[in-house]
Amino acid sequence: MAYILISDDSVAMRQMLKAALLVENHHIVEADDGLIALNLAKTQVFDLVITDVNMPMLDGLSLVRELRSLAAYQFKPILVLTTESDPDKKKLAKAAGATGWLVKPFDPDKLLAAVKKVLG
Amino acid sequence: MNNEETKVANKYLTFVLATEEYAVDILRVQEIKGWNKPTPIPNTPEYLCGVINLRGTIVPIIDLRLRFGLERLPYGQMTVIVVVRVNSGNKERIMGIVVDAVSDVYDINEAEVKPTPEFGSVINIEFVKGLANVSEKMIIILEIDALLNSDELAILEQTVH
Amino acid sequence: MTEVRQLFFEESFENLDMMESSLLDLEIGAVDKELINTIFRAAHSIKGGAGIFKFEHVINFAHTVETLLDELRNDQHIVTQHLIDLLLRGVDTLRALLKALQTGQEYKTDAVLACQQEFTALLITPLTPAAEHAHPHAPSEETPPPVTELLPVAWHIRFKPYPRLLQTGNDPINLFRALDALGELQICADSSQLPELADLDFQNCYLSWDLLLIGAVDKAAITEIFEWVEGDCDLELIPLDKDSLAETRATMNKAIEANLAKQLQAVKKPEVSELPAPPETPPRLSAIPIVNEVQEKPAHNEHLSSHINEASSIRVGIDKIDALINIVGELVITQSMLDQVGEDFSVARLEQLRSGLAQLERNTRELQESVMRIRMLPISYSFNRFPRLVHDLSTQLGKKVEIKLSGEQTELDKTVLEKMSDPLVHLVRNALDHGIELPEQRRAAGKPETGLLKLHAFHQGGNIMIQISDDGAGFNLERIHQKAVEKGLLHPEENPSTEQLYEFIFHPGFSTAQQVSDLSGRGVGMDVVRRNIRDLGGTIEIKSEIGKGSRFSIRLPLTLAILDGQLVRVGNRIYILSLLSIIESLRIQPSLLSVLAGKAEVYRVRDEYIPILRLYALFNIIPSTTQLEQGILVIVEGEGQKIGLFVDELLSQQQIVIKSLETNYKQIHGISGATILGDGSVALILDVAGLIRQFYSSNRVHTFSELSVGAMT
Repeated sequence: MAYILISDDSVAMRQMLKAALLVENHHIVEADDGLIALNLAKTQVFDLVITDVNMPMLDGLSLVRELRSLAAYQFKPILVLTTESDPDKKKLAKAAGATGWLVKPFDPDKLLAAVKKVLG
Repeated sequence: MNNEETKVANKYLTFVLATEEYAVDILRVQEIKGWNKPTPIPNTPEYLCGVINLRGTIVPIIDLRLRFGLERLPYGQMTVIVVVRVNSGNKERIMGIVVDAVSDVYDINEAEVKPTPEFGSVINIEFVKGLANVSEKMIIILEIDALLNSDELAILEQTVH
Repeated sequence: MTEVRQLFFEESFENLDMMESSLLDLEIGAVDKELINTIFRAAHSIKGGAGIFKFEHVINFAHTVETLLDELRNDQHIVTQHLIDLLLRGVDTLRALLKALQTGQEYKTDAVLACQQEFTALLITPLTPAAEHAHPHAPSEETPPPVTELLPVAWHIRFKPYPRLLQTGNDPINLFRALDALGELQICADSSQLPELADLDFQNCYLSWDLLLIGAVDKAAITEIFEWVEGDCDLELIPLDKDSLAETRATMNKAIEANLAKQLQAVKKPEVSELPAPPETPPRLSAIPIVNEVQEKPAHNEHLSSHINEASSIRVGIDKIDALINIVGELVITQSMLDQVGEDFSVARLEQLRSGLAQLERNTRELQESVMRIRMLPISYSFNRFPRLVHDLSTQLGKKVEIKLSGEQTELDKTVLEKMSDPLVHLVRNALDHGIELPEQRRAAGKPETGLLKLHAFHQGGNIMIQISDDGAGFNLERIHQKAVEKGLLHPEENPSTEQLYEFIFHPGFSTAQQVSDLSGRGVGMDVVRRNIRDLGGTIEIKSEIGKGSRFSIRLPLTLAILDGQLVRVGNRIYILSLLSIIESLRIQPSLLSVLAGKAEVYRVRDEYIPILRLYALFNIIPSTTQLEQGILVIVEGEGQKIGLFVDELLSQQQIVIKSLETNYKQIHGISGATILGDGSVALILDVAGLIRQFYSSNRVHTFSELSVGAMT
């Protein structure tokens, strides 16, 4: 059971992520923008951060960069949600410091597998 | 209640009005309460006594005696109001009827209900579902929806400004 | 799942509204990257969500729109009117499409595709396919290898991470675990690159590994596991057959033994863990559900979907909830205090009881106000659809109109807001259609070519006022008079007042427009508008000046459920009048009374003649007195007309909770509802506007003008 922070401006998407993750009894905290996620991440150390790319105030890649500059999150797994099977997007995510990515729409099993992969 | 058609027995609440005993389907009865002086509503038929406050809801009260053209009895502490659920159009209404006294609850078999002969005057037979015999008494089973939705009450009319 | 679905639709409609208002704000020729990004993000969101539910058409359409927007923000297009209009049409198409999907109706796919085509035609770069949703696999996976290909017996994996691998949050051990699930895994680490402890940088990975994965495993499965670390490591996958497997195994075993030996030797030296120690983690905060903090951002424009579904949910600012919680807390305290007082009560404690009750009254009032505020939404929810409407309509009509909104933050009850939506639209349409003139006409009249439409909302004395004004042609009283006579509503000899003439406008089917335009002439008429407003307990008034413009003033109660009432007694019955409808109450002075034509009674108040309505007669009650000078005259107003109600006595004023008569009975003329008084009895609430209407219709309009004429002489 891990503390997972999910950041996505779509309520529907957050619900889906939650639904999938709660199967494994993870404790989920939601943010609907990268900025809020960043603030939450500063007050509490999460085991995993899952973030969307497109968010109004602070976008996902910037969030990843900001998180990586924090001592607590230097080695923490951060996953980015992308909608395209576009190699460029992934490169950008990696360049920002993301651990990996998940393609939307995600298969709940794949999501759980990916989460397991990074949480151990 | 079992499902075999011939053996279907419904429970009825019976009450007395003047010399007759009437019955309503117990499932339609919400409660039996004592007398509350209703607030009259202007320009309504005489048998509509008015409305009362039933735990926050406004409920109209109908005097069945007057509805049936019988002599009015004075209202007082002994007066009983039977609060019933009436199917009105596409919704359910709560209404109260003033009766002389409540009698009993009987099981009456569908099979025992006989069709109503033409009375000719006192009650409109639209309101009567049928007649039944219980312990040597004749019970008049009322069709509550027809009785309380009638044209005279003009309940179903949609009034427009 | 249906909840998520509903959420998706709600969100998507909000996004579409966002796109729309942003598009309307786009200036032609200018480049507003922020605005374009906003629009892009909204389209992107919709596409993402649609992907979950596999709404093919939405995905494809949204993708096309998104691509165009992407090109736009990359300066590959200039913002032109054509582009804006196209994008607006795209928004409409998406909206219709989503609406159909939400309600399970059919939609015209060719219309959608046709619109999509228009977008595609504009695109500079050919469209890349929208996200693959059928195969949410690792994208690096190519088409699965043909079944006939033989899988190797084992794999020798050489994995040499770059030093920075750990900083991506990837942990080799997790990768190994994943590999272990595929088959039998043997691991041999190579620590040759590991520096001395003093020179060790814990952020870096100095180790590399030789892995032996035994099993008939597909190469793709392995690359999938290493997908995320691609580029952060050197990875070599060597397929092994039975022979090479044995060989490799032997080599590895030897290496492992050598490693072990080395480590045993190094036992005296401080242990170096394979993985860097994680930095000090700050203590976890208690798990307060932080979801509530998903804050409302002021910049984020929250719109109701423009097809106002009488939505059963409402978003509430957390401040309102907190206020509520506080008040309930105080209520609990008051209750226990009263409990105590009641426990062993004596007359000595009367003061305490009184103060407790006063507190209770305060708490109840605060609670009521607080709860009411929850149901209140700013009128911007309704106003916000108008810029688009005005934009489209004015284009359609060939008129130039500017819309000015003010008081958008004025709050009103959600239900009132929803029910006012259509009437407001109708009034705006009217203003554009019949009010504001064509540019040539305006020029000829010496007015600026662009007409001005103002929507203004504000609170006034427990009501909300909404004013819709235009600087157009105004109402032509002459024409109204004419039309009324034509329709037989008015006697040619009569001389009605301005108010009475305006009354005719609310008559069903009455339109003085030369041509009944497609837009506002059909279906919804002013009569329906007024009826809707009345149903909400509101009023509407017209002020106009020919050639200058018109103003519609709508007054609505802030809440539907409660009103401030004046109790009056007629005979032995108590009735309630809404305080807002009362102008004044007075004792009748016989000298100011007149009787006209032997039947109509009027009373002179300053320079006006007010007709008298004897309530007891109307309601068939026996009053305390039939002598006018012994009772009270309550002068009330409804829709610009006044009437004096004759009652026996004025009783108290109090706040009334409105209870419906219709729930169990029906609507009664002259009565707008009922309430339960402190003693538990029921009192009827008088419908002032209804009474006035009834009075005038029964006496017929021209009788009243007779009254006014007769009274003057």
